[in-house]
Amino acid sequence: MEEFLQHIINGLNLGAGYALIALGYTMVYGILQMINFAHSEVYMIGAFSAFYGSRFFNLTEHPGWGSFFAALALAIVACSSLGLLIERFAYRPLRNSPKTNALITAIGVSLFLQFSGQVVFGADPKLFPSVLEDYALWTYGNVQLRLFDVTILSVACVAMLLLNFFIQRTRVGTAMRAVSFSFRSATLMGINVNTIIMVTFIVGSALAGVGSVLLGLKYSKIDPLMGTLIGLKAFVAAVLGGIGNLPGAVVGGLLMGLSEEMVVAYLSSTYRDALAFGLLIFILLVKPSGLFGQSKVEKV
Amino acid sequence: MSSAPRKSVLSVKDLHVSYGAISAVKGISFEIFAGEIVSLIGANGAGKTTTLRAISGLLPCRGEILLNGRPTSSIAPYNLVTHGLVHSPEGRGIFLNLTVEENLKLGAYRRKDTQDLPREMEHCFELFPRLKERLKASAGTLSGGEQQMLSISRALLSKPQVLMLDEPSLGLAPRIVQQIFQIVQKLNSEGITILLVEQNARMALKVSHRAYVLETGKVRVSGEGRVLLADPQIQAAYLGH
Ligand SMILES: Nc1ncnc2c1ncn2[C@@H]1O[C@H](COP(=O)(O)OP(=O)(O)O)[C@@H](O)[C@H]1O
Ligand SMILES: [Mg+2]
Repeated sequence: MEEFLQHIINGLNLGAGYALIALGYTMVYGILQMINFAHSEVYMIGAFSAFYGSRFFNLTEHPGWGSFFAALALAIVACSSLGLLIERFAYRPLRNSPKTNALITAIGVSLFLQFSGQVVFGADPKLFPSVLEDYALWTYGNVQLRLFDVTILSVACVAMLLLNFFIQRTRVGTAMRAVSFSFRSATLMGINVNTIIMVTFIVGSALAGVGSVLLGLKYSKIDPLMGTLIGLKAFVAAVLGGIGNLPGAVVGGLLMGLSEEMVVAYLSSTYRDALAFGLLIFILLVKPSGLFGQSKVEKV
Repeated sequence: MSSAPRKSVLSVKDLHVSYGAISAVKGISFEIFAGEIVSLIGANGAGKTTTLRAISGLLPCRGEILLNGRPTSSIAPYNLVTHGLVHSPEGRGIFLNLTVEENLKLGAYRRKDTQDLPREMEHCFELFPRLKERLKASAGTLSGGEQQMLSISRALLSKPQVLMLDEPSLGLAPRIVQQIFQIVQKLNSEGITILLVEQNARMALKVSHRAYVLETGKVRVSGEGRVLLADPQIQAAYLGH
């Protein structure tokens, strides 16, 4: 039982990370009906900018909240900028071409960033900087609730609440939902669709930046190909929740994290990554619209 | 109408629009003066909707469109609303994923003078009390008639100088159709210039100062609404006599 509780804590941590990344996939899909395959590399760049930024600003000399939030800010700024650039220069020129062109371009950008990462950062894994010191906050038998666990869950929670507020309550958030429904009708309202798409990429990428620092704290190893598997799992989480659906991405991410933790704990770590693929195939066969997705018909 | 010099609000000259190889609008010209209700009537497929879309900058086109004397090609489509050109499109253009209230507020998305907004919303509710009851409801749950009311109200909150309405009576019960046309006249009397697209030619001609009859992408005849209403050829072709 104690062991199970510990797995729940770990699974929620991992799931919160997946959820943050899944939100980026689902937001872009909601607006452009396109899978931004480069999102996983945005996540990777987040981790590396925290890595090099921490080195540059000597953040690890004084681990603590200041250093942690500085690393978080660095990752957010780097990811948002990269997301913006990818949208502006890779996707926007293809906005009116067939969907497959954008898809292939997305894969191209993803590969480009992976290999550029290997050239620039080196292919060897690096240790995520210790911008915060971990310790047990609460111990019960063999169960430990550590500072990192609480940090990851609360920062992820705050990020998601802010996102929800932004989307549901602000003028730009409302415009974003309008654009996701119809470019044409949104334009008639005076909404600049290009600006809203840029905002979508900025916000979605910022969330990947948050995820990269949180998962970096907990799992510590980073390398230029780190985005591929995590990106795939987050993508599956988004599909599981119903791609385009924001709460769905959160639930999908948490389910993904929890089930991965349980599979490793109670079956075998061999199946850790097979789970995501299995789940993807299963969803696509049984309910392609995901848990919360309605196969909505959009009128233009 | 009086012979005093009239101010041209919207002027369309030799407009051509095609969808790929299909030419939908083939050299349409018309003009709307301040304070008028002008309608474009014609059979399904005549090119009415295409004309409005081109005016709103949603479709590439050839020809010239002047809004208060200024070529609209020099204005980004999403900025047209700030120049007073407001379009309630075919299909009503409601965001079915938003609430009624959010849809209404998007009408005022580009307005700076938002302090008048609550009063103007109340004005809309006087026209359409039903909307007030459904304010918090998802727009996806509205009936066709309610969606039309929402579309018109939302357009009003954009503070139009020229309001383009694409088939506001489509699919509505006769009683509501009557009401919509009355409101069109009321808005006009409040100073809004109106470009009305209708298949319901009889109603449209009754309320319009002038009208243009479109046929396969061209203007076939134009004239005063009541003159066209009495024209035997128009009656035979469009009014079901
Ligand atoms: N999206 C489109 N793609 C191709 N052809 C279209 C499209 N929309 C309209 N058309 C064609 O353009 C012509 C004019 O259509 P439209 O402007 O919708 O007419 P109306 O509004 O008068 O009924 C029709 O022949 C129609 O088939
Ligand atoms: Mg039409």
